[in-house]
Amino acid sequence: MRAWRWAGRGWIVACLAFLYLPILLVVAWSFNAGRLAAVWSGFSLRWYEALFHDEALLQALGVTVRVAVLSATLATVLGLCAGLGLARPRRLPAPGLFATAVYAPLVLPDVLLGLSLLLLFVSAGVARGFWTVAIAHATGAVAYVAVVVQARLARVDPSLEEAAQDLGAGPVKAFVTVTLPLIAPAVAAGWLLAFSLSLDDLVLASFTAGPGSTTLPMRLYSQIRLGVNPEINAASTLMILAAATAAGTYALVLRRTRNLGSA
Amino acid sequence: MKRPGAERLAFAAYAWLAVFFLAPLALVFKLSLSHTALALPPYAPQLHLGDGLPGLLAFVRALDFDAYGRFVRDRIYLDAYLSSLGYAAVATGVLLAVGYPLALAMARAPRRWRPLLVGAVTLPFWTSFLIRIYAWTAILGPAGLLGSDAAIYIGLTYAYLPFMVLPLYAVLEREDETLREAAADLGATPWSAFWTVTAPLSLPGAAAGALLCFIPMVGEFVIPDLLGGPRTLMIGKLIWTEFFANRDWPAACAAAMALVATLALPIALYRRLERRR
Repeated sequence: MRAWRWAGRGWIVACLAFLYLPILLVVAWSFNAGRLAAVWSGFSLRWYEALFHDEALLQALGVTVRVAVLSATLATVLGLCAGLGLARPRRLPAPGLFATAVYAPLVLPDVLLGLSLLLLFVSAGVARGFWTVAIAHATGAVAYVAVVVQARLARVDPSLEEAAQDLGAGPVKAFVTVTLPLIAPAVAAGWLLAFSLSLDDLVLASFTAGPGSTTLPMRLYSQIRLGVNPEINAASTLMILAAATAAGTYALVLRRTRNLGSA
Repeated sequence: MKRPGAERLAFAAYAWLAVFFLAPLALVFKLSLSHTALALPPYAPQLHLGDGLPGLLAFVRALDFDAYGRFVRDRIYLDAYLSSLGYAAVATGVLLAVGYPLALAMARAPRRWRPLLVGAVTLPFWTSFLIRIYAWTAILGPAGLLGSDAAIYIGLTYAYLPFMVLPLYAVLEREDETLREAAADLGATPWSAFWTVTAPLSLPGAAAGALLCFIPMVGEFVIPDLLGGPRTLMIGKLIWTEFFANRDWPAACAAAMALVATLALPIALYRRLERRR
């Protein structure tokens, strides 16, 4: 028994090392003065300095953040609606098809979604740019928000909302004033999830971006293809920091959800 | 009969998904029946709704299955398709072999450690996918492994491990300890108790994890592109190349439809599993 337990713990440590070592290496390399990753030539912040003078990169960062805020907000509103549909399918038409359409983008390869959206924009004669990327990201993220919202909605007593309707509130007003505050942490968590998915996306953006709407991952990708570059390490480190902050906030927000659930 | 509730709001999501998910998929299907053309957009025939019914009929008559014919005849498409399935299948096996013991060890860890362990496994998912794969190019490059199949398997295992571990952990964590104690009382060793009690009970989690990894891995683009060599063929990368480099949109769409058709079955299976929970 004991031997098994220690083998299990050893495996946990090994797997976590596998998951974290590459990330930690990138962070370490970003502070390396030299150009070669294999040789440590002293601590330096020169790559961060180079980063802050890279106009194209900074512009891409600006686009990425704006796209992420917009698409996360869109995805949250739509994901809230979709989550409602998933949690209360009884009185909706074609609930099975709807659920499949909600869940499918969760697992379908991004290449498919990107390709199909590009075709839509081309055949509708829409110029590609900021808005098309935001729409693509929102579409890809609706499913994630819907799943988080639905999980929370399943634990809210529907009779609360019915009581509000008995007291004269319209169905939407009853939802907004009674249920929405109860599921607010899940909605916030969904927004954060959609935000970080958008920050991270390369494939959807590559299909739907136009001139002037190059996102940070697109920019990094084209540089990565040219080879290992210490500036990318510095940019990566900053992105890892941002991601860790988002993840921490997400965990805190979800913990609040759980506390509410037990109350 | 209940009064209508707020679920009416779901129609907004219906509409959005119809316009930005279902209609585009229909367009991909339509385009897969077209020809390449030296035009903008680079395919023919084009549907002009202003031409009325005769225009529509002419349009339908000009559609054919050429792109699919090429898909089957041209070795490169079929090879890419089959090798994607192969890569995804082998990687799913590797993920099960790595992820199952990890999920099991997490589920049997002291209770207060478990949320922390789940967090530790999930955290890399928040970090940019591109950056994590880039880190491997920097590690595997000097090791001389970049461009090999091993590099692709390492990348796939690395990127999808949380998707395998979390569904498995969810099942294993809920397992009733008394079942194993009963098995032990009846003389089972921990090893045989695992195979007769824990393993069968965790099958739904293993299936969910396997499908959750297999489906997106088949269409993976970044991993074969950055970690694979020029001869690595995967369908996601091929669709990308046909689209951006060769501008053969009908071929890219035919490949995409083949991918959708292949993934429909595992997706349906996954939905069934999810509903039963």
